[in-house]
Amino acid sequence: MSVVPDTTTKVTFTDNNTKFNQSGVQYIINPYDELSLTRALEITEAQGGSVTAIHVGLADSEASIRKALAIGAQEAVRINAEPKDAYFVAEQIAAYAQGQGFDLILTGRESIDYNGGLVGGILAEMLGIPYINVVTKIDVNNGVVEAIRDIDGGRETVKAALPCAASAQKDLTEPRIPNMRGIMAARTKPLQVVEPSANNAGSTYAQYELPPAKGAVKLIDPNNAGELMSILHNEAKVI
Amino acid sequence: MPYFPNPEEQLHRSAKQDLFQGTDFYAIDDLLTEEHILIRNTVRDWVKRDVSPIIEDACQRNIFPRHIIKGMADVGAFGPQLPAEYGCGGLDYISYGLIMQEIERGDSGMRSTASVQGSLVMYPIYKFGSEEQRNKYLPKLASGEYMGCFGLTEPDHGSNPAGMVTNFKDMGDHYLLNGAKMWISNAPFADVAVVWAKDENGIVRGLIVERGMEGFSTPETHNKWSLRASATGELVFDNVKVPKENLLPNVQGLKGPLTCLNSARYGISWGVIGAAMDCYESAVRYSKEREQFGRPIGGFQLQQKKLAEMLTEITKAQLLCWRLGVLMNEGKATPAQISLAKRNNVDMALNIAREARQIHGGMGITGEYSMMRHMANLESVITYEGTHDIHLLILGMEITGENAFA
Repeated sequence: MSVVPDTTTKVTFTDNNTKFNQSGVQYIINPYDELSLTRALEITEAQGGSVTAIHVGLADSEASIRKALAIGAQEAVRINAEPKDAYFVAEQIAAYAQGQGFDLILTGRESIDYNGGLVGGILAEMLGIPYINVVTKIDVNNGVVEAIRDIDGGRETVKAALPCAASAQKDLTEPRIPNMRGIMAARTKPLQVVEPSANNAGSTYAQYELPPAKGAVKLIDPNNAGELMSILHNEAKVI
Repeated sequence: MPYFPNPEEQLHRSAKQDLFQGTDFYAIDDLLTEEHILIRNTVRDWVKRDVSPIIEDACQRNIFPRHIIKGMADVGAFGPQLPAEYGCGGLDYISYGLIMQEIERGDSGMRSTASVQGSLVMYPIYKFGSEEQRNKYLPKLASGEYMGCFGLTEPDHGSNPAGMVTNFKDMGDHYLLNGAKMWISNAPFADVAVVWAKDENGIVRGLIVERGMEGFSTPETHNKWSLRASATGELVFDNVKVPKENLLPNVQGLKGPLTCLNSARYGISWGVIGAAMDCYESAVRYSKEREQFGRPIGGFQLQQKKLAEMLTEITKAQLLCWRLGVLMNEGKATPAQISLAKRNNVDMALNIAREARQIHGGMGITGEYSMMRHMANLESVITYEGTHDIHLLILGMEITGENAFA
């Protein structure tokens, strides 16, 4: 479960554009992870079992973890390390999950801040379990996972045996709003803090840039295709 | 007979996205706990999902959206400040205030429903009721299975409740209740009413009256221009036999209802900040989008003056409420302090609704935007639970020691 800046955040950078400026930023549970959590709750409510929310991050993300517990996860684990990149996060979760006997590991298809979309796949590989990416539907019956993925022009149904990992796409389910009982229960649910394992972050962030500001709209007469070609070629340099 | 059959099917769901973010210019969130913020954001998300899409249609058509009672109960809107052992939230007064703020951000009528249930029905049963009464009513009121209303105001006695004529006689094995109450939120569908009436010695006492008791009726008040998504009615008692165990044993005199009103007024002080923020944020967005004379109207000084003053007033009101919440938690808040906050904040919200409406120009007149609805609602809010003027006199008496009421 990732914690990401709220979608209305105005993104700025500090330290000569090498760090994201966190000042005044509100953090939320990554929306795709919220779908994973909700689906995990639906599956366990129907079939039994329990849900553990796992997060790699520092103590300041505990408010979001507490929300996951309020929504319904039975327990939570925070691996106490700054999430450096996808490989690092996957490695930390894999080290914790190894031997815990999880049947199904659900992630979001990507976090909405860095949009890497890599953690689920790397994690599944590290654990040596099947991985179904970007699912819009997922069910578990008699130890078999059946998931649907949207593909170009159609849908793909994928089956895999448990244990298995999958990542949530939009439309997997409707995210839940916690209720008062959930918030009260979350106070006493276990939130375990685990120290990180030795690791090798594969990459570092060298520099951030904002996308170029939107320019003015230029209208070109439909009869003047030549001018359009010339602008695209000489000014925009896209053809 | 249900008060309104199948409301969910009949209400139009607006597709317009609710862009509310919450205004926090002074980083007041830093004064809140993690749990306060979780509660606030939970209710905010619920309002966006379940209230915002239907509220305009409900108000326009004067329908109480009864189907959202369950959601209100789930997010803890009914008696959140009362103990968990009675099925309530067991939360502090700042949590209670934040819940009221977020619900009123959606609509003052919805907040009124929650205020009445939590502060005017559940609170007196908790504070003045017997253990049997608490156990009988509180869990059902907290879950929304029962809805309640509060009968104090009478047709001829509003600001002067001491003049009430509703009364009851001890008939040996029961009380016989006669009289009428007016302007009662939730009355048309309430299952229980906490009614204040005089005994044979002229002492004000509280009685729990249940729907179905013979001689008890709740005619609806029609043609309101305000709080149109909330149901208002009268309580009429025509020789109603009330069981003796329904008397609230632990309070006598006007102190009873006035204590309840303090709790509700505290919630209103927070609630109206929600309405004000909704209007302000809408005005900010509109002022950036709407262009006249070749530029966004937000670039003109007169619009900036309005927006700057709105933000100033909202920030002051937020700090006022936060401090009052701390005093409430410590059990130190005085009625006069609550009067100051209720009076200041409702007036603030009403002014902001009007100014925000101006910024929206003609568009502000339509139901496309929320200001006119908030403005009309707030005309009730500035009148009920102690009028704007009465709160001024409470403060005046506090300052001078002189009673200027009569």
